[in-house]
This record gives sequence, C-alpha cells and structure tokens, in this order.
Amino acid sequence: MKKNSIIAALSSQGVLLALALLILFGWLRYDNFLGLFNISTVLRYNSMFALVALGMCFVIMTGGIDLSVGSTAALGSVVSALFSTQGMVVGTLVGVGAGLIVGILNGFLIVRLKILPFIATLATMLAANGTALLLAHDETVSVSYDGTFVNLGQGDFYNIPIPALIAVLAYAIGSVVLNFTSTGRSVLAIGGNEDASRMMGLPVNRVKFMVYVLSGGLSGLAGVILASQFGAGQPIEGVGWELFAIASVVVGGTLLTGGVGSVGATLAGVLLLGLIFNVLNFENGLGWISLSAYWQSVIRGLFLLFVVILQSRLTLRQKQA
Amino acid sequence: MALEMVSETPQKSPILLSMQNINKAFAGIPALSSASLEVGFGEVHALIGQNGAGKSTMIKVLTGYVKSDTGAISFDGSPFEARSPQDAQRQGISTIYQEINLVPFRSITENICLGREQRRYGLLNWAAMHEEAQKLMARFNIKIDVRKPLYEFNTATQQMVAIARAIGFKAKLVIMDEPTSSLDEREVSVLFDVIRQLKHSGISVIFVSHKLDELYQVCDRVTIMRDGRTVKVGELQSISKIELVASMLGRDVVQVAKSATAFGKRSGKIGETVLVASNLSAGHKVQDVSFSVKSGEIVGLAGLLGAGRTESARLVFGADARRGGEMSLGGQSHHPRDPIEAIARGIGFSSEDRKVEGIIPDMSVAENLTLALMPQLTKVGIVDEQKQLVIVEKFIKRLGVKCNGPDQRIRELSGGNQQKVLLARWLAMNPKLVILDEPTRGIDVGAKAEIQLLIKELANDGLGVLMISSELEEVIEGSDRVFVLREGRSVAELSGKQITEAAVMAAMAHGETEQAL
Repeated sequence: MKKNSIIAALSSQGVLLALALLILFGWLRYDNFLGLFNISTVLRYNSMFALVALGMCFVIMTGGIDLSVGSTAALGSVVSALFSTQGMVVGTLVGVGAGLIVGILNGFLIVRLKILPFIATLATMLAANGTALLLAHDETVSVSYDGTFVNLGQGDFYNIPIPALIAVLAYAIGSVVLNFTSTGRSVLAIGGNEDASRMMGLPVNRVKFMVYVLSGGLSGLAGVILASQFGAGQPIEGVGWELFAIASVVVGGTLLTGGVGSVGATLAGVLLLGLIFNVLNFENGLGWISLSAYWQSVIRGLFLLFVVILQSRLTLRQKQA
Repeated sequence: MALEMVSETPQKSPILLSMQNINKAFAGIPALSSASLEVGFGEVHALIGQNGAGKSTMIKVLTGYVKSDTGAISFDGSPFEARSPQDAQRQGISTIYQEINLVPFRSITENICLGREQRRYGLLNWAAMHEEAQKLMARFNIKIDVRKPLYEFNTATQQMVAIARAIGFKAKLVIMDEPTSSLDEREVSVLFDVIRQLKHSGISVIFVSHKLDELYQVCDRVTIMRDGRTVKVGELQSISKIELVASMLGRDVVQVAKSATAFGKRSGKIGETVLVASNLSAGHKVQDVSFSVKSGEIVGLAGLLGAGRTESARLVFGADARRGGEMSLGGQSHHPRDPIEAIARGIGFSSEDRKVEGIIPDMSVAENLTLALMPQLTKVGIVDEQKQLVIVEKFIKRLGVKCNGPDQRIRELSGGNQQKVLLARWLAMNPKLVILDEPTRGIDVGAKAEIQLLIKELANDGLGVLMISSELEEVIEGSDRVFVLREGRSVAELSGKQITEAAVMAAMAHGETEQAL
C-alpha cells in the first residue's frame, strides 16, 4: 500500500521534478537564464500554449480530443486583428467569440450527432484553417498600433507580462472548477466511465459540450494574444499547436483515455516543453553547438517519448502491485 | 490449516498439472500461502473459493500473468514456467476468460487461426483455414458460416469459438473462468457437452465457478481455496453442497445449512403502490410487460436470460426509449426521457454490470458514492467537502463497506464492497424506488448474504425494491411478489405462498404456473 502511493505520487510529481531539474540546470549553466528578460520572454510566449493546453486538458479528461485548437487560434488571431482598430476589448471579444463558435460546432457534432471527437475536430480544424485564410486573403493581417489592442500581448503589469497573468488566472479558475465543483468531478467521471456516469444521472451531454466550448474559447483567446503579441493576425500560425497541447497534457500525467488528470501538472508540462526550447537556444548561444529549430523539435520529441515511456512503466508497476 | 484429503483412493489418472507450495505476495500482503493444485489427465477440476481466496492469482501464476515468489509447477511430466499467457498457450495451457478475449470484427476462422495461420506459397491458405475452423466448430455440433464476423453471434457461440481456438492450439489444459456467467440454461448445457467431449479426448479442464449446482454436473474433483491456501481437495461426488460452502466460508456446516439466502422473515409493512408499469414495449426484447411495486415491498422480476427483465427495468429508469405502454409513479404519469429525470423523481438503478455501468474505477470510494448527489452537496457551485465526508462515512459504516478509507480508489475494493458503495450511492439520495439488477452477481458468498440482508432492511424501512436476479433462490426467498417474464412478456404474477421454485420455473419455461403434464 505504502509503496503503491509513493509510486503514484512520483508519477504525478515527475513533471514537477523534471521541471525543477531543468531550471536548476539552466541556472547553473547559463548567465541570465533566470534573468527578468528571459523569464518574461518565456512566460509571454508560452502563455498562448498554456491556454490552449488548459482547454485540451479538460477535453482529454472527458476521454475526448480536440484537434482544432491550432486552427482555431489562427482564426482567432485573424479575426481579432481585423477588429484591432476598435481597441483591446472588442478585439478580444471577437477573437474569443470566433473560438467559441468553433467550440460550439465541435460540441454539437460530438454530443448531438455523435461523431467521434477525432473526426469531428479534424473536420473543424480544416474548416477553421480555411476560414482564417479566406478572411486574411492569404496573408498576415497587420494589427492597429493606434489603440490599446497590442497592450494585451506586449504589455506588462508590474513587470509581469499580461499574457502570463491571463494564463495564471485561467489555470487558477480551471483548477478550482476541476477540484471543487460538481462539473469538474463530472468531467473526470465521464472520462472514467461514460456509461456509468449516464446511469447515475450526471449531465454527460452538457458537460461534454461545455469542455469543447471551453477549449474553443481558450484557443480563440490564445489567438488574440498571438495577434497582439506579434502585431499581426497569422492565418498560418497554429499548425501543430494541437500536438504541442496534447504533449503538454500527457507529460503532465493526464491519461489520454480520460478519467485521470491534473490542471496544475498540465501547466508544468507546458513550461517543461517550452523551457526545453529555451535551454537549447541558450546552448546555441554558448557557441559550442548549433542546433537548428528542426533539431530542437527532434530533441523535444525524444524527450516527450522518454517521459511517456517512464509514465507507462510507472502505471504498469502500479497496476501490478 | 491442514489439508483435508477427502478421497481415500489414490489418484486414478496420472497427474497432468501439479502446483505445489505456491507463495505470492503483492506489496507485502500474501495472496497465496503454500497453495497447491493438482489436475489429472482428462479431468474436469473445479476450483472454487470466495473472492480474494486466491483462485485468480493461482491461475495468473500458472498462465504466466504474474510470477510466483516461490513454488514448483510441473506440467505434463516436466517443470513448467510460462513467461506470459501467450507462452502458456504455446506450451499447452489455454484460458477462456469471462469476458471473451477475441476480435469481434474478424471472422470466426480468423479468431480460431490467428497466430498459427496456415500458408501456401507464402500466402495465407484461406480455404484450409476455413475448413479447419468448420471442423473444430462441428465437433461441438455447431454448424455456422465461419466466414462471418464474430460479433454477429451470441455469447455462447463466441465462447465455443474461444474453446475451438484453444483446441486448435493443441491445448492439454483449458482453464475456464466463470464460463457460464453470461449464458442461459440451454447454452450452459451445450457448454457442458463440450466440456465432456474435451474430457473424452483427454484434455483437462480447470473450471472456476460461483454456481455450485453446475460443478456437480461436469466436474470430477474439486479444490477449495480460502485466504490464499488450499483448504480442501477431493472427489466432488463425496462432498455435499453444504460442505463446499462451509469450507469456502470457513464456518461449520450446521450454521450454513439453515438457509440458502439471508433474506429470512420479513417484518416491514407493505404500503401504497409506488410504481405501476402496464403493457410496456420497446425494441424486440420487450413486447408486453406489466408489473407494479408498492412501498416497503420487494418485487422480483424472474425470467431466463433474454426474457426482457433488464430492458423493462431500464424503461422505468429512462435509460432507454419506450415504444408503447404506460407507467405511473406515486400516482402521476411517469415517462422519463433520461436517467436524470428518473433520479429526480426518486428512482435509483443499480446495474447488472458493475464495471461497465456502475463504478468509475479510478475515482475514490467517496466520489463514487456521492457523484450522483453532487447537486445537493454544492454551495454556489463549490462542493461542500465537509458535508460530503459526513455522508460518505455514514454510509460506509451503515453498509459495512470494507475499505482503507473514503479516499481509496474503488477499483481496489472487492466486488462485494464495490456493490455496497453502489447501493449507498442510491440510498444517499433517499429514493422511493430502487431497481437492483443482479445485486449479488459475482460476489462471494459472505458478502452476498450481507447484501441480501441489506435489501431486506431497506424494504422494511419502506423503500420499494424491484429486484432482478438470475438466481432462483434469491428471487423466491427474497421477494414479496414475483413477476415472471418470458420472451418479452409478463406471463405470471405470484405472491406469498404461490412463490415456489416449481411455479416460477414452470412460468419461465412454459409461460404458465401450472405445469401441464
């Protein structure tokens, strides 16, 4: 029993441990790794992924998947860029709104028409991608620098990047919802056993619908931050974001089959994968080696594989014990 | 605990399998302590014991699913060790699991030949494989198109395919883990014929079952396990049913002999009618079913597998759509669209399949108990954990759930304790009517008695209970009234002294309570 719980604790804390080790490594090896500039750059950039991964985390915990998040973010960035002249509030609302529409469509396809999440969100991924390209006329859409819109992505609040604040707030709310509300418990129950959840009268359809809407909305928000941070709506950005989000969720110990998961560990997963990039950049900066972005992807893939293998071995041991 | 040897005569047939002094501990807790098992050539050997007695661990050790800590196994005259179930299969030991482990969308031929396909010129020789499959199935007097996908056939046939596969792999020993639990009586008798055939062709069988009557029909000898030890071995014919139960429970015979179930005398008062269902129909399985339940009453729904009992009950709970008929609950028309509505009106439903429709395996006991209750436990959307804990502890105590605490994951509990948690789930909602579909299926004898007592107490407290059970004794001794279903129609209503084994069986078989002679 005791041994069992230690292994369980390790497998959920593994991501935190890895994150701590990586930070320690970076701090010892590179100057300025923990400098204000680097920290705020990493947080500012990765907060977009963090938002997308948060939605993905909820979707995966119900046993589903959302492949449309990347395209949705791209669509959100284009739409908000088009409305950026109207200021931050309007730009944000329309960007998030675009994401919500995709989410509602996903929820409808999956809950009402009972289409498999993989297929349904694959379809909306293509559709959102096409819509973004159509609206943007196949090029990036410049953002208006006259108003307040760019503050959202580029501004700071007491030296903390605003996107990071948004992400932290979203994760705090997400964590409370998952752990302390009946909706959150239903999310895990549905992923753990959907039939049983139905038979005990949990609002299965409503909750499943909600997680896709949430995922769409957060992706839209990530898109708004993207446009605001880089000064342009980017119809071809967002490619592969869904895989990054899935990877972060999995590294955080959430089971792809649903039913088991953690919001906090997902955030740690995002930071871990993001920091690997950051560390490789620093390593390039030292001048010993020079790895291209492609190599960085390879290394990140290998790392992901390593974590997943480690996890599956731990859960296997747990089951046998 | 000494080993009682009931049979005086030495082993007639030479030994095929011998497992001696097997020890296995999981995380320090012993699952097997010097357990032993011997099976002769061409012998059908029963392996019985309560849940947690060590039967499944014993089988897992044999088939290489887990490794024993110490112990010796010899098989067919030489030391035996399997590295995995596949390895055991190659060496001549095949296992037929309760949940059939085959590939539903592939043909019967493929299911039989997968892993040892016949080839010609390097390509698959389909003609030869179809012929082989056809031949194997014909041994069981089953003539079917082996090209059709497996899922088109019923459970019994699928099981035969699993057995045919084992024979195809030249099995010398076939292990059957509760093979009859999802078969109806006719299918069971077909299975038993097959087992006898295996025996005749020299193949040995280890037969694991909770149904004692069946053992006497096919088994030669029996090994009884308790607390990880082998407590009794002997010729089955020389051991009475009561003795079997007593050995499994570790109690004395007189105590057990009193009653087959724990229901006993009822004391509660039967009150107003809670539920009336008349002329229900839905799909093929429910044609014309009527029944009613009063408060404080246990109503049994009897019938063979496929008679439409579960399907009818699901209509009351709103889990399936009704085509025709009327229902009323507490005098008001009752046509729930989904379980949410039925629950809101005070109905609970405990499913026959705990794993599929009951538990959420990775969640805690506390959460499994209170998930359905969440709306009542939340204040401004936030779960009141204090209140939750009070409820959980109350029910753990009241129902005698054995667990390490409310936070233990429910998958780690025994079947009986899982069932208690599921019962508590509904009781916590304070319902008017609970539907219990096979409340004691797959639960060991001791826990079974506890659940039955509990059901009785609930009815005594004024709850209406609709109970579906495939165990005749349970229905007969437990019910105040019995409705018998046959092929989707209710054919008899029995109450009080009318409820006899003969009457219920006659209705199940012929549709009339008087047996036409």
